[in-house]
Amino acid sequence: MKKNDITLIAIIVVIVMIFFVFYAFQKETGSTLVVTVDGEFYQEYSLHENQTITIEDEDGHKNVFEIKDGVATMIEASCPDKLCISQRPISFNHETIVCLPNKVVLTVENAKTSEVDMISQ
Amino acid sequence: MKTKHVATFGMLIALAFILSYIETMIPVMIPVPGIKLGLANLVVLVALYSMGFREAFLLSMIRIVLVGFTFGSLSTMLFSFAGGILSLTLMAVFQKSKLFSMTGISILGGLGHNIGQILVAMLVVQNLNLVYYLPILMISGLITGTVVGLVGALIVRSLRKYQPLKE
Repeated sequence: MKKNDITLIAIIVVIVMIFFVFYAFQKETGSTLVVTVDGEFYQEYSLHENQTITIEDEDGHKNVFEIKDGVATMIEASCPDKLCISQRPISFNHETIVCLPNKVVLTVENAKTSEVDMISQ
Repeated sequence: MKTKHVATFGMLIALAFILSYIETMIPVMIPVPGIKLGLANLVVLVALYSMGFREAFLLSMIRIVLVGFTFGSLSTMLFSFAGGILSLTLMAVFQKSKLFSMTGISILGGLGHNIGQILVAMLVVQNLNLVYYLPILMISGLITGTVVGLVGALIVRSLRKYQPLKE
């Protein structure tokens, strides 16, 4: 290893830390769960209502997620890798659960910060 | 291409293919879209150092197509292409600059791979919030990149001892 390699590692670690600090300041409990399928808005659900929702399309792609006590979890998916099921439950603003093969994304949002606010920030 | 060259190239492709297969059997500990161990990057890195950019690029692309058709799908192939191209471009550019040793180059490759994948994921699902995965992906790229770089340096050194691959 050269000295430059160590510098590179240090720079990466610093960038990552800046990211984490930035996130920590932004962290606030979200109120709604926005679901998009194939990049398009699908449905919005309140995080304050306990419910289990199933999304299914005509090609047989299926995702089931649960909202319980303000926390959303993916509990069933038809995708091959099942990565979305093992992803952490989400409850904070901007947190996501992504099912890439089915192109299903669950995003926690705050009713106050709409899409427009996020872009102008 | 000399016969020996062709044979070496074929062997490296087979090796990259097998490493990709092994990787599919290892469960991912941190479930983040785009996260990969990047074992096959070891072969690409060795090819880049012992054969050159063109060979490494060809190797990487052939591997992605093979792995995509055998273990993945067209959409996973798209992610792999984005990751593979960004990773190799970064590695080749910085290898020319001679700023870093093989470890540094490999780290940049690991980062490039993960960042490329998450960028395509953001495009595919049209969600900017995926950027929040970036720091975790950077750390994982850093760790796997370091390990791959250190092992790669050992391999290149012993390969040179036995047979120089460059003409």
